[in-house]
Amino acid sequence: MSEKEIDSVTNVETTGHEWDGIKELNNPLPRWWVYVFYATIVFSIGYAVYYPAIPLIEGATQGISGETTRGQLHEEMAAVEAGRADMLEQIRGMEVGEIPANPELARFASAGGASAFKVYCSQCHGSGAQGAAGYPNLNDDDWLWGGSIEQIAATIRHGVRYEADGDTRWSEMPAFGRDQLLQREEILAVAHYVRSLSGLEHDRGAMDEGARVYAENCAACHGEDGLGNTDLGAPNLADALWLYGDSQQEIVSQINNPKHGVMPAWGERLGDAVVKQLAVYVHGLGGGE
Amino acid sequence: MTTVDQNGTAGSGLEQFDVEPVNRRDQQQPLYAPRKKIHPKRAEGTFRRFKWLVMLITLGIYYITPWIRWDRGEFAPDQAVLIDLYNRRFYFFWIEIWPQEFYYVAGLLLMAALGLFLVTSSVGRAWCGYTCPQTVWVDLFLVVERFIEGDRNKRIRLDKEPMSPSKAAKRVSKHTIWLLIAVATGGAWIFYFADAPTLFMDVFTGTAPTVAYGTIAVLTFTTYSLGGLMREQLCTYMCPWPRIQAAMLDEHSLTVTYNVWRGEPRSRHRKVQQAAGATVGDCIDCNACVAVCPMGIDIRDGQQLECITCALCIDACDGVMEKIGQPKGLISYSTLASYNHNMKLAQLADGTVDPARVHTADGGIAPEVEHTTLRSILRPRTMIYFAIWALIGLGMLVMLTTRDRLEINVLHDRNPVSVRLSDGTVRNGYTVKILNMMPERRTVLLTIEDFPQGAMIMPLEKDDPRQAIFLDIDPDSLRAQRIFVIADPEGLDGQQTPFRFRVRDSAGSERAEYDAIFDNGAAR
Repeated sequence: MSEKEIDSVTNVETTGHEWDGIKELNNPLPRWWVYVFYATIVFSIGYAVYYPAIPLIEGATQGISGETTRGQLHEEMAAVEAGRADMLEQIRGMEVGEIPANPELARFASAGGASAFKVYCSQCHGSGAQGAAGYPNLNDDDWLWGGSIEQIAATIRHGVRYEADGDTRWSEMPAFGRDQLLQREEILAVAHYVRSLSGLEHDRGAMDEGARVYAENCAACHGEDGLGNTDLGAPNLADALWLYGDSQQEIVSQINNPKHGVMPAWGERLGDAVVKQLAVYVHGLGGGE
Repeated sequence: MTTVDQNGTAGSGLEQFDVEPVNRRDQQQPLYAPRKKIHPKRAEGTFRRFKWLVMLITLGIYYITPWIRWDRGEFAPDQAVLIDLYNRRFYFFWIEIWPQEFYYVAGLLLMAALGLFLVTSSVGRAWCGYTCPQTVWVDLFLVVERFIEGDRNKRIRLDKEPMSPSKAAKRVSKHTIWLLIAVATGGAWIFYFADAPTLFMDVFTGTAPTVAYGTIAVLTFTTYSLGGLMREQLCTYMCPWPRIQAAMLDEHSLTVTYNVWRGEPRSRHRKVQQAAGATVGDCIDCNACVAVCPMGIDIRDGQQLECITCALCIDACDGVMEKIGQPKGLISYSTLASYNHNMKLAQLADGTVDPARVHTADGGIAPEVEHTTLRSILRPRTMIYFAIWALIGLGMLVMLTTRDRLEINVLHDRNPVSVRLSDGTVRNGYTVKILNMMPERRTVLLTIEDFPQGAMIMPLEKDDPRQAIFLDIDPDSLRAQRIFVIADPEGLDGQQTPFRFRVRDSAGSERAEYDAIFDNGAAR
């Protein structure tokens, strides 16, 4: 375009572009806009030099700052770890039973335990520690291996029936039916007897036979009154809570061919401090003794 | 600029201003035009004095308020007005507001909005003209400018001069003082958010929080740029309020009005014209009203968006009228209704104004002319605004005086909702949050009501189920207490049992309740 065209109405130069008879005026951009535009260009050069910016075939330019989001994450996590270090050191240095007496430490341990519980324990025990059939509810006051904070810590540390750990908690109830240690009638009778211990509906006619079978085969572990034994992991048969169900059929099945839960030993994997924190959390759920 | 008397001959000491209104009504500037600087002349008179007073009071309130002390005992700050963001408390003399009582602030905002409606519909844009921070700070900055660079004419001359050491010195000292004022403005703001004396020392020793310095920096920048550099542009181009206020005005609202009915036809050579038998109004076209206008408008063009009704043109015009021996009030606060009434009196059949019709023979104002009085404020619209405003205020006052300073909130555990225990009973967990909103330690009694079968136990405390627990609560704080409730589901109907947590001040009569649910456990 050789000649500049001036619009007659506004006295403003046109761009020379024309669409269906409509011409565009060549008004200048507002100065502030232009300056901001230049400023962004200057900024972007600085940015590209300072930070990782330009993608290459493999990787990208690193920038003179050496900063990466991954590095930032590492720094932030290191800061978090450093903030916790003092508390964790205190927890390592004391017996687990002493922790609840220190309110600040107890709060810290309980929060850490809750978070670790969600990661490592909730798969079996549930996110609220409410358990499921075969997986104990940790909120209640019925403990197979003891509900004191020390006992809970020991269970977490060494697991239950976990062969890889030499100190694991171990007990196995004989399979009275499968191995033919008891007759079918004896099993039915002792199941009625066991139900009677916790006040459930039962056949009164089977009581004598049931009591005899119980005294000869069961009382050694579960106790004469059926109160169980936490040293052996023998459940309390006289209470209202049944890990594998309280129906006649479920009890018969358990005597016949018992199921045994297994829990991994967490001591080595999580370390002393986390195990103690978990113990404080579980103990504080409401059932701790 | 020339000095003329009302006959147009030099020497009477009455100034005639050679001034073109920057924002003339019928000459809308193109949007891309650079700003034309306004050099407002100093005005003197009733309204100027009133504005000094308003400036003194508003700035006084702003700067002094954070330093007022108010004793609240040892557990609460002793600053009368404090917005404690960290602890989420708002203190206003005897009132303390917690975050959950934020509706008081909403009520205050509502009152502020209605108050503005009320003020605007009755006395026009008084907020803009007198109390708006922009107006007050621009006034303050103008005082500084006038003190250093002189009044209007000297400033215009200085602007035109080439740069010289003395001009540079004036410019530097002006901007330095402006910046100091701006820093003091930002500096005062932060004292509303922390203990003022402590923060004052911290700011100077460099130990104040970064956010404090940041706030000072931002407010310094805004004060300096808006009050010193942008001035009237903020009102004209940026502020939404002039647009909204236009909708608030009606024909009975007070506005600054040039009374065309007695001013026109204006003439610079009034007496000459009069002697020649021509019709002349009271306006001698001296442009004093334009020269003092901080918004750069000519009020004689009528009501305009730019006009903030600062009334300085009234002062300027009254001064001139006094000198030439005419009655004051050629420019005055007037309602559109009175203006129209008087225009009807003055207008001839062809629409032109004959000022003689509203003047008496000796040059005074004719008795049939309607003068606007403050009675124009009293009318249904303003009454209704006032009634709603007062109602909200009264309502808030009643709520404030009768509000509870003890509250209870309860969170029922959801995972698990209930736990069956070995003896067959069911346990529900709750987080009971008790709010002691008094600045003193209190012992409260927590009870469960309408639930004779239930009993509370504290965590790790198994042997003592009971219906009432005493709890100590720290002053001005919230205690979140885990509480277990146990009950034998044998004695309960259905899946849930409704009951109430009640908390009562053991020393007083204050109490609060929360409706809760006890889950009876999974049906077996």
